[in-house]
Amino acid sequence: MIDAMGGLPLGAWALFAQSTGSFWMPGEHSTFAPEVDRVFYFILAVCAFFFLVVLGLMIFFVLRYRRRPGVKPGKTATHSTPLEVGWTLALVAIVAVIFYKGFTAFMEMETPPQGCYEIRVTGRQWAWQFTYANGHVDDVLHVPVDQPVKLTMTSQDVIHSLSIPDFRVKMDLVPGRYTSTWFKAVNPGEYPLYCTEYCGDKHSQMITAVVVHSPGEFAEWLKGANDYLENLSPAEAGKLLYTKRGCVQCHTIDGSANPNTPAPSFKGIYGETHDLVGGATVVVDDNYIRESILEPGKKVRAGYRPIMNTYQGLVSDQEIVALIEFIKSLK
Amino acid sequence: MATSTADNPTRNYLNDPRGVKSWLFTRDHKRIGLMFLCLVTVAVSLGAVFALLIRTELTLPGPTVTDSPSLYNRFFTLHGAIMIFLFVLPAIPSSLGNFVLPLMLGAKDVAFPRLNLASLWLFAFGMAFFILTLALGGVDTGWTFYPPYSTGTPTAVTTAVVGAFILGFSSIFTGINFLVTIHTMRPPGMGWFRMPLFLWGLYGTAIIQILATPVLAITLLLLVVERTLGVGIFDAKLGGDPVLFQHFFWFYSHPAVYIMILPAMGIVSEVIAVFSRKHIFGYKFIAYSSLAIALLGFFVWGHHMFVSGQSPLVGMIFSALTFAVAIPSAIKVFNWVTTLYKGAIDLSPAMCFSLMFVFIFGVGGLTGLFLGSLATNIQVHDTSFVVAHFHYTMAGGTLTAFLAGLYYWWPKITGRMYGRRWGQIAAGLVFIGFNLTYFPQFVIGWQGMPRRYYDYELVTDIPFITGWQIISTVGGYLFVGGVVFAAVGLIRSLWTGARAPANPWGAATLEWQCSSPPPSGNFDQPPPVGDCYVFDDWEYDEEKGYVRVTKESEDVVST
Repeated sequence: MIDAMGGLPLGAWALFAQSTGSFWMPGEHSTFAPEVDRVFYFILAVCAFFFLVVLGLMIFFVLRYRRRPGVKPGKTATHSTPLEVGWTLALVAIVAVIFYKGFTAFMEMETPPQGCYEIRVTGRQWAWQFTYANGHVDDVLHVPVDQPVKLTMTSQDVIHSLSIPDFRVKMDLVPGRYTSTWFKAVNPGEYPLYCTEYCGDKHSQMITAVVVHSPGEFAEWLKGANDYLENLSPAEAGKLLYTKRGCVQCHTIDGSANPNTPAPSFKGIYGETHDLVGGATVVVDDNYIRESILEPGKKVRAGYRPIMNTYQGLVSDQEIVALIEFIKSLK
Repeated sequence: MATSTADNPTRNYLNDPRGVKSWLFTRDHKRIGLMFLCLVTVAVSLGAVFALLIRTELTLPGPTVTDSPSLYNRFFTLHGAIMIFLFVLPAIPSSLGNFVLPLMLGAKDVAFPRLNLASLWLFAFGMAFFILTLALGGVDTGWTFYPPYSTGTPTAVTTAVVGAFILGFSSIFTGINFLVTIHTMRPPGMGWFRMPLFLWGLYGTAIIQILATPVLAITLLLLVVERTLGVGIFDAKLGGDPVLFQHFFWFYSHPAVYIMILPAMGIVSEVIAVFSRKHIFGYKFIAYSSLAIALLGFFVWGHHMFVSGQSPLVGMIFSALTFAVAIPSAIKVFNWVTTLYKGAIDLSPAMCFSLMFVFIFGVGGLTGLFLGSLATNIQVHDTSFVVAHFHYTMAGGTLTAFLAGLYYWWPKITGRMYGRRWGQIAAGLVFIGFNLTYFPQFVIGWQGMPRRYYDYELVTDIPFITGWQIISTVGGYLFVGGVVFAAVGLIRSLWTGARAPANPWGAATLEWQCSSPPPSGNFDQPPPVGDCYVFDDWEYDEEKGYVRVTKESEDVVST
């Protein structure tokens, strides 16, 4: 998926890999991006002006009025109320304008229009889940072009934040409440989507993509996306789900231990007998795997902490079967 | 420079009385200030080690220093926590402030010397908890301790938080002491508006320390209660609200940035006036702006939560208030620059660092406009733009002002003059290194680079990102190198420096009327109070340094 974003191994050096951005801002790929950028450039101009005036005067004074033998400092006024009041009022006026411009652009960003296409977003350590109206869950955000899209978001564990720089969109995902944001993409293509609220060891890998589909293509994609279980064997579908549902972030499938997120590897566990926290034992069978997906904290393997969150409501029965078959296949 | 024994007495606060016990149980504000100075120096060194580890890790994509993100997360958490709680908060008030405040008032000590000692001990105790946190494997929450991450992580959150709790009391004690001292111990002739501006800075800081720190203490206590007893306050799983923590936390931590910057601005006001031989311009506006910042600073905390899901109305109010607090800071900058006009400017190390402060704080303040504006905030929120912004204000701002203050008062504290060249070269290194470190972070930040990323291998669409990261790391080493160079230059002066006269800069505030270093009791008689920004009594002589051109008796208490 990352390679699909046009990244070379050192993609960092690839200039303008995706967006046609400038030195200042990434490309403008949503309806309110140009408006945000106008505010940005206005503030930039104000900053440049004040900075150059202050710096210029400072350098000039330091050069012009260096201490020289026999030259006494000049006698100048020690205060000037008109000057102080003048620049105070000028400052008030300037910041009032900046505030107003930022506020009006923000109100548009905060007010989703009627008829948004709605997608639910769930954040978890460390995966994104985008749930569509037909029940399809994906780890990549697919949206139609030229149609407003509203994201209703929550987190299952810690706070995350969804950021799409090319759209000028950012909103936190907070556990225990729903937050929302919206955008209207204007150019088909793929854009990066980052987690911008520190969420633990794989924070810097909690990156996915937004795929903006051209008109008509989106509906087709959505229909096909939900059918993949039909066309694949359960073990193959399970392998896909292993990535799509984020199991891959903690559980390895080659028997190695993941040093940062201690979770049992899936390799060869099917049929084994495991010790549990608290002293009991359990045989890893279909029922135990199902239970561990839906109620992960119930029977925790000895030596591990109950850090996994439930997938209740995020995986269908068919998908659970696929995952079981996948784990079974990892001999 | 000619110094007499009256300028430079053999018996002074450093050697009278002698013995370890006389230091540990001292009630002398100068000794307490000096011990604070040593402790914050240890802290800033430790924080700098973590800073370099962070920078080195980020130089190239992929693992560099460590292949463990978990370890990297501890680096940036410890860097932040140590630098904030053990350096920028106490650095200027508790060390330089403690030393200078009573001297500037012509007083023998602060109002509550024992409370002052308690503040030092609490600081050392709190610092010990931070060291213990290191020994326990560190903490990985970020210095902001946001739940529910901080509730769930197995790292040493409780130890670190208890440390911060204790340090908070140290801060409150110092604040109370300074507030009462300034209110009750100003000498006859020193009305509120005849006070040196550094004292206005400390006064504003004291107000914030007293009013805001208890909120942090309670918040951290609630976090410990949640972690240890499982009472649901902030963790949604236990029925709590994670955003509530952010409100509580920033209710302290935003005013706290003004704890860090107000005394810094005070130092710059003193140094710029003295080294341009000019009366400070717009005294009252600078003084009032300190108060305005201290009070308005309490009403802007919500700008940390523009993307946390608070209502747009609340966002609007906090944005407007945030812009209001920008005004007094800008007023100070204008007044400092105007003070330079027609001066006789001496680019001493203290002055170099103060002018650098105006430059760096200027960039920090102006980039705050992008963050205060709602629409642009969304783009740069939680990116390295924010990291660059607060380092321009807090590291560039407070640290350069701290160094300016240290160079300014070093002769008074130690009785020794340092090499000017050392200080000027250090200033150059710090200036270049600092800007190389943080300017690139603005650039990748507005392009969308998220902060607190262990790695940026997957961040593929930011032009030239690796180049910017390399520049930033090189700058980081140069910056730290500059600060080390400054420290070496100062420390070697203890052995090689000439003895300092009582008033090496020809300054007019009262601390320069006692010897360098001062005797234990500061002043034999209360010094005469004049206008602290009129420098006519002292003139610069190429050979002898600053010499008094008026007789002592000509000092009259003018009101």
